[in-house]
Amino acid sequence: MKKENVPQDLSALGKVTKEVCYATDESGKYATQLSSGWDVKIDALDVAWQDIDGRITKARQAVLNKQASPILFFMEYRLMDLKLLAGYTGFWQWQIKRHLKPEVFDHLPDKKLQKYAEAFNVSVADMKTINVHEN
Amino acid sequence: MKIDFEHRQSAHCESGVTSNLLRESSGGKITEPLAFGIGAGLFYAYIPFISINNGPAIAFRTMPGWIFKRTCRSLGIPVIRKKFNSKEKAEAFLQDRLKEGQPVGCQVGVYYLTYFPKEYRFHFNAHNLIVYGKEGDNYLISDPIMENPTTLTSYELERVRFAKGALAPKGQLYYTQYQGEIKDERIRAAIKSGIKKNAFNMLGIPGPFAGVKGIRFTGNQIKKWRDKLGLDKAKLYLAQLVRMQEEIGTGGGGFRYIYAAFLQEAHAYLPQDDLLEISRLFTQAGDKWRTAAVHAAGIYKGRLGSQEDFNIMGNYLLEIAGLEKEAFIRLKNIKWQS
Repeated sequence: MKKENVPQDLSALGKVTKEVCYATDESGKYATQLSSGWDVKIDALDVAWQDIDGRITKARQAVLNKQASPILFFMEYRLMDLKLLAGYTGFWQWQIKRHLKPEVFDHLPDKKLQKYAEAFNVSVADMKTINVHEN
Repeated sequence: MKIDFEHRQSAHCESGVTSNLLRESSGGKITEPLAFGIGAGLFYAYIPFISINNGPAIAFRTMPGWIFKRTCRSLGIPVIRKKFNSKEKAEAFLQDRLKEGQPVGCQVGVYYLTYFPKEYRFHFNAHNLIVYGKEGDNYLISDPIMENPTTLTSYELERVRFAKGALAPKGQLYYTQYQGEIKDERIRAAIKSGIKKNAFNMLGIPGPFAGVKGIRFTGNQIKKWRDKLGLDKAKLYLAQLVRMQEEIGTGGGGFRYIYAAFLQEAHAYLPQDDLLEISRLFTQAGDKWRTAAVHAAGIYKGRLGSQEDFNIMGNYLLEIAGLEKEAFIRLKNIKWQS
């Protein structure tokens, strides 16, 4: 890539920091160059987040319809799968599957709820009411 | 406490951390491209039967930690590397090193890395940064992706050092205590062995998923994605490919440029013109990765979407596989004159 072709579209990261790229100068020699982002990457990221947002919305509805416990919502919200959540909470995957049922979740002791809340970085109260803060 | 440490931004986190940690002992000789090349950082793998973030598992780089390990080993520099089961011990160990004036490299997860914008925070555990001091409750962080040094509270640092999931860092930290000078002779030998190792990784790993064969395999798979997954999912897969290819900390097309830069710098140590010619091949490969990414964007933005468009996309990867195969075969067969 030539130096003058290093893209300068503004990405979400570009607002925080520019990225270093290696690009060639007139004589074909490589040097570092700063880029503030590239539309192609920005769009790829957008597509991924649209998909995630769709999943979050669906999960929220499932929780409101009492088809799933708030754990499902926060799993989607925090981009976690069963394996990852098992890693963060120390529960087995089959336990988490059980806790995904609203009737089981409603009777979970505080100690277990606390583990989930910690993994999702929310308070227990917010978790129960599927209330999210940007963080 | 604050260690006298110069933050320098780099294109890729691990080669940047390696170069920055070695700056003092190497007198600045081990630049990022040299670290990347000596550490045999260029790679490709597509693992079709596992999925990451609901998309294909594609890697454009070697395993986390290997660039640092190989670079130091090739240069004859002893590496100290530690993982921890206990968060308390992990922090105590880090603090002891900082008190000794030793900057420390850490492997961390990106998801809870607070200074990254939210859009970039996925559960990706192979990011690297350097801790070079502590003021109050804040650790001083030199993250090679960022223009400027930054900070994390002790809780925030603990959380990213003990991120869970694939490639969980387990508090992993690493540093070297090398004091002597690194001789050019040693660098020459390290460059040769790095090239040899990288040629093996791209050409010699058995099975269809790794190296140039992996690129070709992906190209052929992409042609089937539209029928097999449906257009919507195929779009997501392509977007994931591009993210893995170009995103911070992983960057794949960009890796080809770093490798091309490495070969140019290698030429300064080993003045053989074939290195410059092969460097141009990697520039071409990098350019082609970018062209492919633009085409993929056309598909995931919905501008394109026919089977023909997927075929074109697949063919780009086949072309890249051909280019990189040629480049690495030439590197493998290079006759060193010194």
